[in-house]
Amino acid sequence: MASPSTRRTGFSRRAQYGLFLGYVLAVAGILFAILLLVIAAVDPRGFSALKGAALDVTTPVASGGRSVVGFFTGIGDSIGNYFMAGSQNADLKREVAQNRRKLIEAQATALENKRLKALLKVRDAEMDEVTTARIVGSSFDSLRRLGTLTAGSSEGVEVGQAVRGPDGLIGRVIERGRWASRVLLVTDTASRVPVRLVRDGTPAMAVGHGDGTIDLNTLEVGENPFRRGDILVTSGTGGLFPPGIPVALVVRAERERTVATPIADPGEIDFAMVLPIYQAGADEPLAEPGEPKAGPR
Amino acid sequence: MSRIASADEYGYRIAKRQVVPVVTTILACTTDLLPIVMEQPLIPDFAFLVLVAWRLLRPEIWSAQMALPLGLFNDLVSGHPIGQSMALWTACFLAFDLIDSRVGWRDYWLDWLFASLAIVFYAFGSWYVAHMMGARIEMAIMVPQILLSLLAYPFVARLILALDRWRLSR
Repeated sequence: MASPSTRRTGFSRRAQYGLFLGYVLAVAGILFAILLLVIAAVDPRGFSALKGAALDVTTPVASGGRSVVGFFTGIGDSIGNYFMAGSQNADLKREVAQNRRKLIEAQATALENKRLKALLKVRDAEMDEVTTARIVGSSFDSLRRLGTLTAGSSEGVEVGQAVRGPDGLIGRVIERGRWASRVLLVTDTASRVPVRLVRDGTPAMAVGHGDGTIDLNTLEVGENPFRRGDILVTSGTGGLFPPGIPVALVVRAERERTVATPIADPGEIDFAMVLPIYQAGADEPLAEPGEPKAGPR
Repeated sequence: MSRIASADEYGYRIAKRQVVPVVTTILACTTDLLPIVMEQPLIPDFAFLVLVAWRLLRPEIWSAQMALPLGLFNDLVSGHPIGQSMALWTACFLAFDLIDSRVGWRDYWLDWLFASLAIVFYAFGSWYVAHMMGARIEMAIMVPQILLSLLAYPFVARLILALDRWRLSR
């Protein structure tokens, strides 16, 4: 294609100045946008009103079609199930038997736990969920892993609250509008969740890897304590996430790196629960030494 | 039907010519609202592909600063930090203006080459913005999405070409 002639302004001074002004505007616009980015990096909640309003406006569009997508995602599974029915049946029977044994063990443990807690006079903070909502979309074409939730400040959602599905932790709220909020999924690289190993309580940090997996970083140097099939739950450290929510399942444990997958797949979850911040005062500065302050537990 | 357009028809045609590129770009931005939840960055950013396809096909319809409002809209809809698409898209438009003033002609393959450069620039720009916001992403994770974007560009360009013919049809 020949070069467009409209860019050549000829000898008209006015047209030349007009074009030049356009470029000045464009460059100024870029600088302004970079300034906005720097502000957003320094103060992530800077444009929360604007972004919240945009979320509110756009979320109804997304929530309309969620069931349709669920239907299409399910087709592949259904066909697979049909062909694998025989072996799946045997597997499921074995699993049911196994689960029954585990259930009895768990009941016994719960009873013992209750008795010991009564002995120690420890009471768990009452954890009622803030609200229940649906995950209706995600930033599927960007590098970040963010989800959209159909609940906002009108239902009591606050920035920082944890979001969990029936299986496990999904992420935490980072932006909220009146009727919708944005969730930082546990697989995003900016997400850091303090976890512990269910098997022996080893503390670790679950950091998203950006491709649907989670990296597990131990806090101590030494031999990799994780094995394939290990389950990690939130530890409650830091006061943001309530303890005991399943987060990740280890799929590969190497010498340097441990790869886990999230237990809750936000692509398959319809409903998610927003939980209150576990210990709201935990990230506040300590009280002055002179005046002891009664912190939450 | 007479061969001479009435005033209404004429106005409609003018509006169609001016509005179709902007509306298609805005529609491409709103693909982010589709209820898809993906755990891996794979799907190309169609808003950017459509924008680049329009810009390369019809350099005269938009001046460089037009990318600012479109980018702002994309940032708001898709939840990027405000300013990401504004800065990257406008920078791309300026680069395209520079290319147009230096390179005498373009054909299909050169268009694809310039679009590919823009896609790679956009991907690394987004990576840097994510880095600024505290998300440390490995470069390798971006590769499949970039490749898919490069392969998707000719299809998007075809679509835009068809739309352009409809836009200019009488």
